[in-house]
Amino acid sequence: MRVNGAETSAELEPRVSLLDALREHLGVTGPKKGCDQGACGACTVLVDGRRVVSCLGLAVQYDGREVTTIEGVDHPVQRAFVRNDGLQCGYCTPGQICSAVGMLAEHAAGEPSAATERVTSRPTLTEAEIRERMSGNLCRCGAYNGIVAAIAEVAG
Amino acid sequence: MTQAPPAPVTEAPVLGAPVDRIDGTAKTTGQARYAAEFDHPGLVHAALVCATVPRARLVGIDTADALAHPGVLTVLTHENAPTMRKSPSPGLPDISTMATATSVTYLNTDEVHWNGQPVAVVVATTSDAAKEAAALVRPSYEPLPATVDFQAALPDARPQKRNPFSPAGGAKGDAEAALATAPVSVDLTFTTPMHHHNAIEPHATTAVWHGDRLTVHECTQTIDWTRRRLAHVFGVPVADVRVLAEFVGGGFGGKGYLWPGTVLAVLAARVTERPVRLALSREEVYRTVGGRTPSTQRVALGSTVDGKLTALVHTSITQLGRIGGWPEQVTSQSRHLYDAEHVLLRQRQVELDALSTTTMRAPGESIGTYALESAVDELAHRLGMDPIELRMRNEPDRNPLGGTRFSHRRLREAYALGAERFGWAERSPEPGSMRDGRWLVGWGVASAYHPAQMFPANVTVRLFADGTVLLRSAFHETGMGQPTTQAQIVAHELGVPFEAVRVEHGDTALPTGPPAGGSMQTASLAASVRAACADLRRSVHGLARRSGSVVGRQRPADLVARDGGLFGPDGGETYAAILSRAGQSRVDAKVGSDTGLGRVTGQLRFAARMVRDGMRWVRASTGAQFCEVRVDPDTGEVRVTRWVGAFDIGTVVNAKTATSQLRGGIVMGIGLALSEETLVDPRTGRIMNPNLSGYHVPVHADVPELDVAFVGDPDPTMPLGVLGAGEVGITGVGGAVANAVFHATGRRVYDLPITLDKLL
Ligand code: FES
Ligand code: FES
Repeated sequence: MRVNGAETSAELEPRVSLLDALREHLGVTGPKKGCDQGACGACTVLVDGRRVVSCLGLAVQYDGREVTTIEGVDHPVQRAFVRNDGLQCGYCTPGQICSAVGMLAEHAAGEPSAATERVTSRPTLTEAEIRERMSGNLCRCGAYNGIVAAIAEVAG
Repeated sequence: MTQAPPAPVTEAPVLGAPVDRIDGTAKTTGQARYAAEFDHPGLVHAALVCATVPRARLVGIDTADALAHPGVLTVLTHENAPTMRKSPSPGLPDISTMATATSVTYLNTDEVHWNGQPVAVVVATTSDAAKEAAALVRPSYEPLPATVDFQAALPDARPQKRNPFSPAGGAKGDAEAALATAPVSVDLTFTTPMHHHNAIEPHATTAVWHGDRLTVHECTQTIDWTRRRLAHVFGVPVADVRVLAEFVGGGFGGKGYLWPGTVLAVLAARVTERPVRLALSREEVYRTVGGRTPSTQRVALGSTVDGKLTALVHTSITQLGRIGGWPEQVTSQSRHLYDAEHVLLRQRQVELDALSTTTMRAPGESIGTYALESAVDELAHRLGMDPIELRMRNEPDRNPLGGTRFSHRRLREAYALGAERFGWAERSPEPGSMRDGRWLVGWGVASAYHPAQMFPANVTVRLFADGTVLLRSAFHETGMGQPTTQAQIVAHELGVPFEAVRVEHGDTALPTGPPAGGSMQTASLAASVRAACADLRRSVHGLARRSGSVVGRQRPADLVARDGGLFGPDGGETYAAILSRAGQSRVDAKVGSDTGLGRVTGQLRFAARMVRDGMRWVRASTGAQFCEVRVDPDTGEVRVTRWVGAFDIGTVVNAKTATSQLRGGIVMGIGLALSEETLVDPRTGRIMNPNLSGYHVPVHADVPELDVAFVGDPDPTMPLGVLGAGEVGITGVGGAVANAVFHATGRRVYDLPITLDKLL
């Protein structure tokens, strides 16, 4: 498995989740654990560029794949989060940012969401679209307005 | 001889500026580290075994399979755990006892007091092994009779004890008699369910012993209290315990106390002589960390035909555990919001065989304003009067109970500002009269109210010869942006650039800071930071005088702090120049003392000030919440589509982070109004939805743009004029949503949350 561009290898039991492999075995603590059951999005990472909740997959499934965590992200959306105060405690933030990066790519590829009215043409990234597409990432601090503003700013 | 120090420049633009967070980069690049993310050589992992019965005696506990699981080091139970010292009940004179969450000495007893109490802790080389082995531990119980059903226990409610921050009730005149004879009246009963904080970071502890010295990385809002409680429980000197919490992934009151996980992680480290990490699962948080009490409330209002309140009755029943809990001040806001001739406020409580209830964002006012503000709205409806107009007719000049002065009160201004931004004048009063296509549209308002208080805060401010400044204080950053705000205050007070200020916080090795609770951190710190900066300016002037600087030849009163130094009519110099001429590498100014005596004095002063201030003024953050909902007439689905919150939080130190705090409160309030509910099995006292898939917190799609506006008027009695912003945002939200739903549908919902079944 490649993590943030570096080849890594570890002897892991088959039951170890991708999230635990990163946090506990590889010392990559950027991805956070909020629920360990796919409900909060704090553990979101990018696998070959697509967003994935890393608590729901087993590390062995990702053998040979390219995993990017917040530590490996360098994207304008990070600065936009700071400018728009799209964060408070910061615990959901790595997941929100990875999710935003993945979501922008999905949108750029023309993928629709539940908020898309006409699925035949490429949807415009309205705030409603951003909210729908980001709804798997909970923020208990309630920084939602700033997060949406940051993503909208970067999406232009 | 003391004389007034040189003054700060009052116009410094840094105070109030929407400065970006000082830790924004750390938090957006994954560099910020939280309690479960500190590695230590030989680190092992712990997991809890939680009771599945509400009250019982443990008659045995079979750990054989767990011990046989590969990787398991030990299983601690009541049969083999070393003895710990019992925590004293919360109370003065030692304020840190407030952090005692329950009276149970975990694993030192065979009694089970709540459904979820830890009965064993497993330690293993990996977290997976610890969790798996925990599932293999088999406790046997002899069940004991238990009272776990809040509704069924209501008839046994007893008068509530007061909590340290709020009286338990109050009365004026004869409210029941006035109610009976009032020309117009409402008499309504409301219920609110149990809530859980659900900070996205679950509670976690990393504990390391070096002999008898203990270091703990802990997610806590009270690092000093945590240190003192741990020192007590494990019988070691306070000075030998260090608690670190630079970043905390949200608290909301849920990380203010010493819950079992922390104690058991420290115990496990002690027994295994290894560093131990205990990162609770989401379910373990629900089982072992208290939530907000459920409530049942009665609000009755009597008025004249032109809307002058003659009677206000607000009573509540809430829940405590037999083992402890927070007496929730449900009627708090009702002491201050309306000028009724006769008032009766009474709080009662039931004690259940359940985990202690605890503080959660605006304990009392968050759910109290829902009931009170719904009743006021209903009265306005019956009077045929605009709900804002009704509130303005009953806006008091002095506190309705006791006639104490308000330190300042800008609720009228908040309503005017909010109404203007929301476009309230366009509202058509009749319920169900506004539509947008198939959606029923409703507009509602409610008042927000949260008291302002202060804790003691020790700080050191250190000026270096290069003109940079370091602020040191063991305060907390759980998301409010405290290091940023305090750096702004230092920059303002010393007239240095914001970038020249560094902040160290979240470590008990620093001067003792205030707890992050009760919306008190900013003001508490501001008082001490200002005092320390004034001291520092005085010391610098002294240095300047002795070393022959032009600054030293002028009177302090003629000098101002700006441009990184002190300047007067005859010129000035930068701090760097003054320090270098005086041959000083740094100057320190300290406020508060961390010696035993200093601590006692500080606490006594704090208690005395609290009593004295309470007699002189009523102080609070207030606000007006405006909500628009759309309700689907076929499905009953409620969407919040517009929000305006106009607040008086005194001086706004950082417009960006203060807005975020208030928005965060509103978001949690939307959850309280529409979706949040902890479901407790009335037969077993077991929480049935201990996860984020069954307990619904608001998501992106539930939250529209929230327009937050400030009246922005400094409170004349608070340091820098700062009130608090952490909690007032959630107050009034439940009421505003419920009132908007009533306006949309003609249905008033008396039982939170307003789920769609209640509208069909
Ligand atoms: S930790 Fe993976 S979704 Fe919550
Ligand atoms: S910033 Fe705290 S949970 Fe999102």
